[in-house]
Amino acid sequence: MKAEREKNDPKTIISGKISGKLKAVYRVSAVVLAVLLFFMLATVMIGMPDIGNKNNPDNNEVAKRYIENGLEETGAVNIVSGMILDYRAFDTFGESCVLFAATICVMIMLRIDGQTKEDDEEAKKVTFGIRESAFSLIDSRNYEPENDSILKKSALLVVPLILVFGIYVVLNGHISPGGGFSGGAILGAGLILFLSAFGFSATEKFMNAKTVKITTLVSLLIYCLAKSYSFFTGANHIESVIPLGTPGAILSSGLILVLNICVGLVVACTMYSFYALVRRGRI
Amino acid sequence: MWNLIVRHLNDLVAVALFVIGFADLLFQKNMIKKVIGLNVMDSSIYLLLASQGYITGRKAPIITDGVMSAEYYINPIPSGLVLTGIVVSVSVTALLLSMTIRMYKKYHSLDLDYCLMMARGEG
Repeated sequence: MKAEREKNDPKTIISGKISGKLKAVYRVSAVVLAVLLFFMLATVMIGMPDIGNKNNPDNNEVAKRYIENGLEETGAVNIVSGMILDYRAFDTFGESCVLFAATICVMIMLRIDGQTKEDDEEAKKVTFGIRESAFSLIDSRNYEPENDSILKKSALLVVPLILVFGIYVVLNGHISPGGGFSGGAILGAGLILFLSAFGFSATEKFMNAKTVKITTLVSLLIYCLAKSYSFFTGANHIESVIPLGTPGAILSSGLILVLNICVGLVVACTMYSFYALVRRGRI
Repeated sequence: MWNLIVRHLNDLVAVALFVIGFADLLFQKNMIKKVIGLNVMDSSIYLLLASQGYITGRKAPIITDGVMSAEYYINPIPSGLVLTGIVVSVSVTALLLSMTIRMYKKYHSLDLDYCLMMARGEG
């Protein structure tokens, strides 16, 4: 179908002869450029310090300080967690905001307001480009697999496990590998599996545009209030009134647990809304 | 020479992945394949960062058995940087894919050259 369109397009016919040569030149120069880039970067890499050497310049006093004083100052057993959510909490706040901004941008581009008859007609024409196919996926946005019993049964088994594991990873972010980002991604994956098994009619009961918006905004606000007070106090880091607790206990390490939960909620909502927006243009 | 390559194996694999992703961006016309190439490039950066932070024979930076000496754990900073990279790459991928969907809805094609030509013809 595409070839037909291209054949009928007068521009292709005229520029066909020129573009043939141009394409060959482009391909050759692209290969040359890629090979050149490989050798350039490889030369630089050969000159870098050896991998795994403890005297490398990046293993400096900053890393030493994070490891040796991290447990006392942040209360987190997982040093990376303590680093990204205490010493460098603003960085992580920026990351969460990047995710939020990405959700908003995807929503601006893909959101479809209401389901009018014209929308459906448009969808019939556009969806997957299969216009006159016998089994066209007409209006795939509202297509829900009703009778897929294998998917439904296995989702019933697996989704609770995935969600529990995601919550475990989020809540144990400060005492074991994991944290808000990885746990949030696991939660989002569980929600997406649930959505593909049971359809939007099931997920709409607890995940709609309003829930996603409120959860994300409240999480970001809590994060912002918990960490950016030092801006308003002239960048003086006041002693936290929240006790650090025993290292290794689940209720320990001050604000890191709260921040992990906030980040996890933001990430889960983002993953879910990406999927929902791409699939039907609406959360 | 061989010795040098073995010592910098992770770096060189990262460079190779980067160039593969870059060549993918140059050669593919299909937008989705271009996004895949971009993701391969991202992965090469994670590999580079993670291998820079690694120290032979040391453990992941999670305090075990109460040992708090810097001689016992790897460098935690590159791990944090990889996390930032992953988040940004996810956002960029989502944005690019949604732009691709918009492009497909308008021109009924994923071919970037074709869509650019159509766009020029319209303007």
